[in-house]
Amino acid sequence: MGSGGLTTADPGATPRFAVARATRASTATLILAVPGILLLFALPAFASRVLLQELFYVFTMLALAQLWSLLAGSAGLISVGQQAFVGMGAYALFAFAVVAGLDPVLSVLLAGAVAGLVAIPAALIVFRLRGAYFAIGTWVVSEVCRLILAQVKQLGGGTGTSLPTDVASSMIGLDFVRNLFAVRGPAARDILDYWLALMLAIGTFLLVYRLLRSRHGLALSAIGDSEAAAESTGVDVFRTKFLIYVLTAVATGMVGALIFLQKARISPDAAFSLIDWTAYVIFIVVIGGIGTMEGPIVGVVIFYLLQYYLAALGSWYLILLGGLAIVLMLFAPTGVWGVVSRFFNVSLFPVRRRLIVSGGVADKNETKS
Amino acid sequence: MLGWIDTVLQGILLGGLYSLYATGLSVIFGIMRLVNLAHGDLIVLGAFLILAATSAGVPLAVACVAVVPLMFVVGYALQSVLLNRALGRNILPPLLITFGLSIIVQNGLLETFSADTRRLDVGSLQSASLPLGGGIAIGVMPLICLLSAIAVIVSLNGVFYRTAVGRAFRATSDDVEIAQLMGINNRSIYALTMGIALAVCAVAGFFLGARANFDPSIGPARLLYAFEAVIIGGLGSLWGTLAGGIVVGVAQTVGAHIDPEWQILSGHVAFLIVLVIRPRGLFPRAVD
Repeated sequence: MGSGGLTTADPGATPRFAVARATRASTATLILAVPGILLLFALPAFASRVLLQELFYVFTMLALAQLWSLLAGSAGLISVGQQAFVGMGAYALFAFAVVAGLDPVLSVLLAGAVAGLVAIPAALIVFRLRGAYFAIGTWVVSEVCRLILAQVKQLGGGTGTSLPTDVASSMIGLDFVRNLFAVRGPAARDILDYWLALMLAIGTFLLVYRLLRSRHGLALSAIGDSEAAAESTGVDVFRTKFLIYVLTAVATGMVGALIFLQKARISPDAAFSLIDWTAYVIFIVVIGGIGTMEGPIVGVVIFYLLQYYLAALGSWYLILLGGLAIVLMLFAPTGVWGVVSRFFNVSLFPVRRRLIVSGGVADKNETKS
Repeated sequence: MLGWIDTVLQGILLGGLYSLYATGLSVIFGIMRLVNLAHGDLIVLGAFLILAATSAGVPLAVACVAVVPLMFVVGYALQSVLLNRALGRNILPPLLITFGLSIIVQNGLLETFSADTRRLDVGSLQSASLPLGGGIAIGVMPLICLLSAIAVIVSLNGVFYRTAVGRAFRATSDDVEIAQLMGINNRSIYALTMGIALAVCAVAGFFLGARANFDPSIGPARLLYAFEAVIIGGLGSLWGTLAGGIVVGVAQTVGAHIDPEWQILSGHVAFLIVLVIRPRGLFPRAVD
């Protein structure tokens, strides 16, 4: 970031300044994160199967939320059609693993590529729509994917199909897990699914974090402030948004594939569910705080607790979530993390650059990016 | 050949229903640049309100006439209490508020009326049809629906282009800041707009319930048809919206004629094709 406009009280002294992103809190978080992640990887040694399954759900939802937050919060691409890529990834997994007989873990990776390939023409079409109309356009794309896959009889058509047990138990690394923890087949599958979900959640986090801290992140915040101004300073708005959209689709497709590898059963309605893969995800991001790294983490914890205690209420639970989202949008549009970070002036995963002059912070309000 | 003529004819009539779905959405976008993701669910709400009134013994005609102003009030309140608080450059808050509203309306209906499929009882009109010769006949109800869609558009255009309040609507649509300088209260214009849109939703809800079965879950699909009609027609033109609705309707019946499973898909595909070859729609008027 430049030095323009910097003035000091003493004109004789040479101003010394630096651009920094790390804060004391962020350094502490990084140091604490390492043992925390190691502990999560070691968890299957002493945690119950139920806990691992619950954490699997939390990690996959966290990954989806992180991706949606990048898309809607940072890139301004408000999509209500991300279930298209969850579903395409899930169906690609079944196609590779069941029809083509590939290893399920390898199929998860390939599923991401398929979702990305679908995203390219989808982006070229829906990018013609602006703002709110873009949102419904992505939804139409997802419906088209659902209706087409409901016609594919090899993958179960409209009623869906199950993952054969021999395919599910042929996963690479399963024998290793079985011997390591001395557990039987289904338990070993749970552990492997859990590890994959943990790796995807961490991988997604690092991807989004590094992206936001890169020049693309800088371009994104410029676009967010003013598209015309960003364009005039040399940011290729279309290319940046296109790149983010396709990249997000690849990662979303991999998460979708993993979710349905664990479920071991697929149907068009479940794979392309608006409520499960978009409404819940939006809720997590909105409640936690959109456009930040911390928001989705806070959001997924709150969402999980609400789900755990209130999901039995059925439709009333959904009415409550909808109402909560509306209240938050009206009174705290930056979400829980937005309120907390402003109140305590803390940032655990900073993506914005701050100007530090002569050892002191020049701008306390962290200049945007 | 006659089969195809019949298919296209039925598609045009279906398009009448879709343009009724779409007119409210078109008006809201034209004036506020807002997209209401709860639009489809509010149409279904209209149908359920009429159903509730008739099951309580109110004659159907009275119920229909009463629900239109009721939905107007709901829309006016919705805009002034909720959505006017979220106006601004950022489109995320209003979009997510209407998304939350969609989930609330849908599940509220599910809780109140259960997931059973319903139908409005319109008596002998339900099966009445006009023979056109050559074995082709058109249903009286679908015809009334198309004529109502035209009547709604004619009267809305009358309001927008021939009255003082219509001038205020158009001024707000063209440039909200200049309109405010001229003494127009944009917030009350917005509330009126949402009221009008929901009144049209009530009309659409009646024809939805009279023409086919409905249940609380079908709102989002109606939103998509409405949205496709608006985009195909081109933003800012109500006659364009009617044409857009007919394009979606004909695409659906033609698709269904080839294979019944392709009905919905071919409507969506027609929309995507129009988006590729004419991104601003068939009859664009507004710039945005």
